[in-house]
Amino acid sequence: MKAHMLYFARLRERFGMADEHLELAGTTAADLVEQLRARGGIWAEELAAGRAFRVAVNQDVVTLDTVLPDNAEVAIFPPVTGG
Amino acid sequence: MKILVQTGAFDLGAEVDAMRQGRTDIGAIASFVGLARDMNEGSGVQAMTLEHYPGMTEKALAALVDEANTRWALLDVTVIHRVGRLLPGDPIVLVAVASSHRGEAFAACEFIMDALKTRAPFWKKEETPEGERWVDARSSDDTAAARWDT
Repeated sequence: MKAHMLYFARLRERFGMADEHLELAGTTAADLVEQLRARGGIWAEELAAGRAFRVAVNQDVVTLDTVLPDNAEVAIFPPVTGG
Repeated sequence: MKILVQTGAFDLGAEVDAMRQGRTDIGAIASFVGLARDMNEGSGVQAMTLEHYPGMTEKALAALVDEANTRWALLDVTVIHRVGRLLPGDPIVLVAVASSHRGEAFAACEFIMDALKTRAPFWKKEETPEGERWVDARSSDDTAAARWDT
């Protein structure tokens, strides 16, 4: 399974990239976050349990137990601050 | 319904006139304009840059306007949100709601703003004398949005 990752705002800056293509090791959004945490460093820090971030799959915010469809567009971003 | 994400300025009067154009069934139009302030969290703000998630932003705004339409009898809704670099005093967001009566228009306008603050993927980065900083989400915005959960 593949995913097109998008990162926004503070997380885009901290990760040093706006997007990337990933081969997924697991099936859920939680598995994906764990896969990114395993990179260590800033990834482990920003995506640690208790840190506030949101995950959107194909442009809808989801909970971490959501099963990812193949070739999903998965975005990870901080809580929103518009308006 | 009109939903726009744009870098340019908007004109509240022109948007309200466009809603009224050619119809006589509207009894009330409630509008809100949010502005960039020169102060936040105790620091002067010299400018701010608004980033968004193209595609999801429009989808999220349409979803919350749809929700407003199911909760109240609305005749028209306009939402315009700016992105890019803005200066203190610049308008950021406009919400205008037309209805037969004021109650629905006021309530839906406030609901749309509260929902937008917590659900639409925009992020603000401020330029201050101490440097740049990303604005943190406020728990008071979550509280305001939660008022509408029934």
